[in-house]
Amino acid sequence: MTDMNEASLEQPETPARRLFPHPLLSFVLVVVWILLQNSFSFAHLLLALFLGWGIPCLTASFWPTRPHIRSYRKALAYTLLVCGDIVVANLTVAKLILFRSPGSLHTCWVRVPLDLTTPEAITLFAGTITMTPGTVSADLSADGRSLLVHCLDAPDPEGTVAMMKTRYEARVKEIFE
Amino acid sequence: MNIVLEVLVSVLIVIGAGFVLVGSWGMVRLPDLMSRLHAPTKATTLGVGGALLASMFFFFGVNKTLSVHELLITLFLFLSAPITAHFLSKAYMHRHVDPEKTLPRPGRLGWSTYEAAPGAGDGQQNEEQS
Repeated sequence: MTDMNEASLEQPETPARRLFPHPLLSFVLVVVWILLQNSFSFAHLLLALFLGWGIPCLTASFWPTRPHIRSYRKALAYTLLVCGDIVVANLTVAKLILFRSPGSLHTCWVRVPLDLTTPEAITLFAGTITMTPGTVSADLSADGRSLLVHCLDAPDPEGTVAMMKTRYEARVKEIFE
Repeated sequence: MNIVLEVLVSVLIVIGAGFVLVGSWGMVRLPDLMSRLHAPTKATTLGVGGALLASMFFFFGVNKTLSVHELLITLFLFLSAPITAHFLSKAYMHRHVDPEKTLPRPGRLGWSTYEAAPGAGDGQQNEEQS
């Protein structure tokens, strides 16, 4: 088995934590495995539980710390908000492609200063930016304090940055920090 | 399979195909790579989403069972699309973007594509950190 001593550098070592270094990851793996089978039986559940225990243990040394989710209700609300925005984003981008001449688009790079500090929160925020209206996150600054975002059509770059910060970053911050 | 379900499945497939077509048209029409990146990351998401919803309704109509594979495809798509876009734009920045001229300056340190994080490398610029 893996080197368990490396698993949790910061948290205290307890037997439960050694067995399940990432309970949430274990839970997601069990659910995904059962969904992949597309049918439910006791044998599938046993194998799912085995994988949900084994994979986090084997990969524990890659994830020394555990992301802390403060509010699952807010996480769910955020998921729904982003799903809605993805539909809007699709319509917006489709309209831009079909009805605007490429020369009239205000493409630009903008810098989004980050209030988020944990890697998980920044990843979620960057992923959300890529999936939503006319923006793709391209890079993180070397000090991890700002995000480089490419806008397809932003006549008002400051307004776009302010929208991303209030609509998504504030919510992500409430979930993680 | 009743007629209502059949119409629903057909409409969803047509909507999905329409969005995929628009996404591909965007790839042809938009002028540079960064703008083109917007077309497949978004317009296509809804295209695939429409096809997946159609698939769920179709199997519900034919087998009378709820098929949940499609939800997993959506999940994996949402996980992989931003990462792919990120890698593509990073490669583009290395080859075609002059950070001094075109990009906004993030602060004292530059963007991580061009500059190593403090304490990460030992004087080796632009080397991949393992």
